[in-house]
Amino acid sequence: MNKLLLMFCAVCLSLPLVVRAAPLPSDSVYRLPPLMLVDQQGQSFPLASLAGQPRLIGMFYGSCHMVCPLEIETVKKIQQQIARAGGKPMAVLLVSFDSQHDRLSDLRQLAREHQISAPLFQLTRVTEGDVGLLGGVLGISWRAQSDGSFVHNAVLTLLDDQGRILAHQDAQNPPEAVFIQTILAQQNGAR
Amino acid sequence: MAGSSYVALPGGRFVSALAGDRGQAQALKIAPFAMRVAPVTIAEFEQFLARNPYWARDRIPQLLASADYLKDWASPLRAGTALPPSAPVTQVSWFAARAYCASEDAHLPSWTQWEYAAAADVRRADARDDDARNQLILSATLQNTGHAPGPVGQDPANVYGLHNLAGLVWEWVDDYGAMFPRPDARDPGQGNSLALCGGSALAFHDRGQYALMMRVAVLSTLKPDDSTANLGFRCVRAIGE
Repeated sequence: MNKLLLMFCAVCLSLPLVVRAAPLPSDSVYRLPPLMLVDQQGQSFPLASLAGQPRLIGMFYGSCHMVCPLEIETVKKIQQQIARAGGKPMAVLLVSFDSQHDRLSDLRQLAREHQISAPLFQLTRVTEGDVGLLGGVLGISWRAQSDGSFVHNAVLTLLDDQGRILAHQDAQNPPEAVFIQTILAQQNGAR
Repeated sequence: MAGSSYVALPGGRFVSALAGDRGQAQALKIAPFAMRVAPVTIAEFEQFLARNPYWARDRIPQLLASADYLKDWASPLRAGTALPPSAPVTQVSWFAARAYCASEDAHLPSWTQWEYAAAADVRRADARDDDARNQLILSATLQNTGHAPGPVGQDPANVYGLHNLAGLVWEWVDDYGAMFPRPDARDPGQGNSLALCGGSALAFHDRGQYALMMRVAVLSTLKPDDSTANLGFRCVRAIGE
């Protein structure tokens, strides 16, 4: 009896492990070389650990006064429109491409100013790994200017639970209907 | 790192041929940095792949390389005898170029760093106003177009000791994706047919630099997962951090 119970438990325990061990698809953002992030609460985690649920991902830099606040507002508008359509709040990850200057205290302050709270909405900086690779796959480019600012674009990307890129939204524009539809479809499919 | 050598460049004030966002000349301040003497070679990239098989063409994730990635190599880890080991490695994506440079504790140069280094000739740090020199670079560039690049380091070194900044191959730069103001830089290779002709010229305030304009035009058509037979790279390092 005990043996049977033990076997049963072993099977139960091994199931989630089997699921976790399934390899991510080749077009998954989580297949990038390891990238360690730290969020506004000081939580450290590898980018790849975010696999498992759909997510909005974008990039920013802390001392940006024009585009980046707009990007955060666009994220909020997206959340409002999803909620209005009966969807669930989306997990959001914004990664700074200026790890050299954006310290944890800057992330914390930015989160306070914009009333953003983790873990649903994470503002992060990279502590290890090449943030440029992430920018490249998300179609986000930046170029440092001599005054410390950056020429850059701002794109929000919808990832499915496996990290595949499903849709893009220009973060400086109001949410496109098709982007919201794609998020809702993804949430319904995942339910 | 075996085989790779870097030389120091002093930096200083540099006026880029690339115009600022309002079309004006940009006087930039460049910090001192060290640059690889020559583009990364096939032999060097083979050594990198032996240590980092993640970047071999049979393992690299789909997002980081297109179908052309190292496609002329005999096998995923070996270029084979048809490709000279001392030729610059080409058919590499921007992603793989970054990873290679990181393995040398270095990174891809910014466009400005590259342009500054390439402004020199064998005698002068800034030879750009020499029309004969500009014409020579343009001729060499046109002559090499469509041919497989030969070995690195065959040209006379410039005043800093750098080779092959003109004529041999195009080179990836770190910030190529943000060199032009675009409404949407998600896909730099799409939807901007002007980039190949007028689009690039418009972004230059110094239109005497034809070879440089061609280089920028080529870069402006690329996506980071692209790789072509005439596109290589070299790396730079910060100095005195």
